[in-house]
Amino acid sequence: MAYAGTPDQVTNIFNPLSTPAESVHRIAIFTLAICAVIFIIVAGLLIYAIVRFRRRPGDDASEPPQIYGSAQIELAWTVLPILIVVVLILVTARTIADVENYPQPPDALKVTVVGHQWWWEIHYPDLGVVTANELRVPVSEPGRRQLTFLTLESADVAHSFWVPQLAGKTDLIPNRVNRMWIEPKQVGTYLGNCAEYCGTQHAKMLIRVIAHPPEEFANWVASQRQPAAESHQASAGRDLFFSTSCVNCHAIRGTSAKGTFGPDLTHLMSRETLGSGAAPNTPEKLRAWVRDPQVIKEGCLMPDMQLSDQELDQIVAYLSTLK
Amino acid sequence: MAERAIAITPGIGTLSAMRFRLHDLAVTTDHKKLGLMYVGAGLVFFVVAGLLASVMRLQLAAPNNGVVSPHVFNRLFTMHGTTMVFLVGMPIIAGMMNYLVPLMIGARDMAFPRLNAFGFWMFFFGGLLLYFSYLAAPGITGAGSAPDVGWFAYSPLTARAFSRGHSTDYWILSLLLSGVGSIVSAINVIATAVSLRCRGMTMMRLPLFVWLSMVVSFMILLALAPLSAAQVMLLLDRFLGARFFDTQAGGSAVLWQHFFWIFGHPEVYILIIPAFACLSEIIPVFSRKPIFGYPIMVAATTMIAFISLGVWAHHMFTVGMPSVGNIFFATSTFLVAVPTGIKIFNWLATIYGGKLRFEPPMLFCIGFLFHFLIAGLTGVMLGVAPFDWQLHDSYFVVAHFHYTLIGGFLFGIFAGIYYWYPKAVGRMLDRRLGVWHFWLFIIGFHLTFDPQHFLGFLGMPRRIYTYGTGRGWEAYNLISSAGVALQAAGIVCFVVNLVRSYLKGEPAGEDPWDAWTLEWATTSPPPEYNFEILPVVRSSRPLWDLKHPEDPDWKYE
Repeated sequence: MAYAGTPDQVTNIFNPLSTPAESVHRIAIFTLAICAVIFIIVAGLLIYAIVRFRRRPGDDASEPPQIYGSAQIELAWTVLPILIVVVLILVTARTIADVENYPQPPDALKVTVVGHQWWWEIHYPDLGVVTANELRVPVSEPGRRQLTFLTLESADVAHSFWVPQLAGKTDLIPNRVNRMWIEPKQVGTYLGNCAEYCGTQHAKMLIRVIAHPPEEFANWVASQRQPAAESHQASAGRDLFFSTSCVNCHAIRGTSAKGTFGPDLTHLMSRETLGSGAAPNTPEKLRAWVRDPQVIKEGCLMPDMQLSDQELDQIVAYLSTLK
Repeated sequence: MAERAIAITPGIGTLSAMRFRLHDLAVTTDHKKLGLMYVGAGLVFFVVAGLLASVMRLQLAAPNNGVVSPHVFNRLFTMHGTTMVFLVGMPIIAGMMNYLVPLMIGARDMAFPRLNAFGFWMFFFGGLLLYFSYLAAPGITGAGSAPDVGWFAYSPLTARAFSRGHSTDYWILSLLLSGVGSIVSAINVIATAVSLRCRGMTMMRLPLFVWLSMVVSFMILLALAPLSAAQVMLLLDRFLGARFFDTQAGGSAVLWQHFFWIFGHPEVYILIIPAFACLSEIIPVFSRKPIFGYPIMVAATTMIAFISLGVWAHHMFTVGMPSVGNIFFATSTFLVAVPTGIKIFNWLATIYGGKLRFEPPMLFCIGFLFHFLIAGLTGVMLGVAPFDWQLHDSYFVVAHFHYTLIGGFLFGIFAGIYYWYPKAVGRMLDRRLGVWHFWLFIIGFHLTFDPQHFLGFLGMPRRIYTYGTGRGWEAYNLISSAGVALQAAGIVCFVVNLVRSYLKGEPAGEDPWDAWTLEWATTSPPPEYNFEILPVVRSSRPLWDLKHPEDPDWKYE
């Protein structure tokens, strides 16, 4: 594939850009090679037997020699597969141990990801940052490795965190805490999906992981730690936001909006997408989303708020200040 | 005809011919009629499930497509999966075992004929109940609709909080009922094969079909019980506030997964072993050689059955099991490959040195061998737990299990239907239409399912109703959808063939394939009592012994 070396929209598992995904990639190639050899041998024998022993026009009606079996041959094709199986068990066990029991370095970034129907809540407990749907992490560089350890939980049903170029998937299951880790080695945006069927909008529960150079990441953290921007230009929209039921589901830090059912909106405009990847975060799409999310993401849990055009303009103006 | 006179209720004689036949179907306890009813109902559900799948592929043919809404799509794949496993696979295998086991062991009927009829009707109405949900699921007041929780119905998506209305209840109840049908026919097959064998039919002279039917029946008994238990627990959760799977009240979501897959994995072997059974009868006849390594085939099947009861959590490599658990289930999964490989090699050795006749049954067997080889190898890839972390719940898995269940199971069943149709109907299926069916279906099958492996490699998760542009998925999805048309054309050939040959096919005679097992020793179709005189056998190929008195099998036993 032509995509090697950079994170890409094409999330090919054979183009890994993170340590755990590379471990999986190595064992995947090894397994594929073994399977390819087995396939060629067995399929070749089958084709040979089918062609060689087909009935030909001139054949008489006599029956071929009746062979009932052979203990030696049976033994041979029992023992050979067992040997292959032993090899596979050993490499599998080793890769499992490498990935699952990798020690967490003290400077690893810790992030908690909580699955919701149909979006991702993202906490950085040590940094005091809360965001949604976009996991921003520092990139890992050869001289300066930077691992990110994820704690995975669910607020409702089972989900699964899958960003193919970074690692295999791990489920987010209610009443259970799972862990995984990633180590992106290239700056850029990595795409992924929820991989466990979780209800109506499972399809539009996309995740993106954005790897920044360390300084850029530090700047992002600093800006995310700020409370919501105070703006006087959009006070009408602000008043409207706080007088409708928006606040029941959404939180905006530094204000009285403390809802936790939907994504935190404190820095909404710093995010690239709306509705967990359902649409790009552009002014038109934001307006369309607030007007009726059901058009963009049918079945999502944010209702059509029945706003008038004027109210819609005011709310969107206020949301646009949440940089 | 004395039996007949007793079987008919007084007054029935005055009914018209059509009503007489319907009444007969409703009250029959004949294993052959019930077997055909099982297979027929299974084929009807198969066409329905295929139509559901066609709508899904239409929706996925292009990115951001709007053929159906997400709600509808989720119901489509739930109903497709549930139907294919429980209302297509299970009844067709039950039907074939019902029809063939008594004939093959020289018996007059199953051990429990009335239980047999009971099982069929439980299955049949259970299946109708599932589809009735489209009309009635949210209750009397609302417009109904079908379940949308996926065929493995992971909790807590099935909890009251996330699945309102009654669609999930329909799913539970219909599977509980149709499960009764499967359990009943399993008990019946075991009892029949153990106690009704004709004189001389020792266990090691049973046709492989009967052996494998017994193994499958034991597996059904062991595997369906945990599913039924879990479904009852889910009903208790939903109606009586029990908290087995209700995570909001401290229940366990993972517990459901364990229950489901301890049924679900043996289930795929329950479906594939009857296909093995068909192959083990058909390949020898069309290669003109006995099955290679009969005792090893029995042993390998039994091994598969045992090991398959200990592999279920390979469906759960991503739920965060301890490493030891992952390694254990990866190991047991690889172990299944050993007896499975032995079976493939034995079929290969049966073909080797034979004189192959490429009639439709044999064509489907050959298709099976290649598909099952590939499905087995992709299964090994999925068993490599770290590889599975990438492949799990992706389109690669969809491709893998359709290779086993369509390319494997269904090809085996098609082979069986082409092979035994002349026995059941007394007329041959048309060869030309059969060959058309084979080629259209196999090309369509590869167009549809081969690209899905690559979609999995490119990160496409299963069960999404739509996808965006730019991720490299468009072309593969389009090809995959195009293949559906060819598969559908193949099925049309098949259905036309079934109907046309029933009306005016060539008469089959007792033994059109020059075969060796007892079902070919009676008329086609067999009389209600199967055999006028119960046969006596001296080897596993009694008809070979009759046809070749100079070189009978029993000399080598």
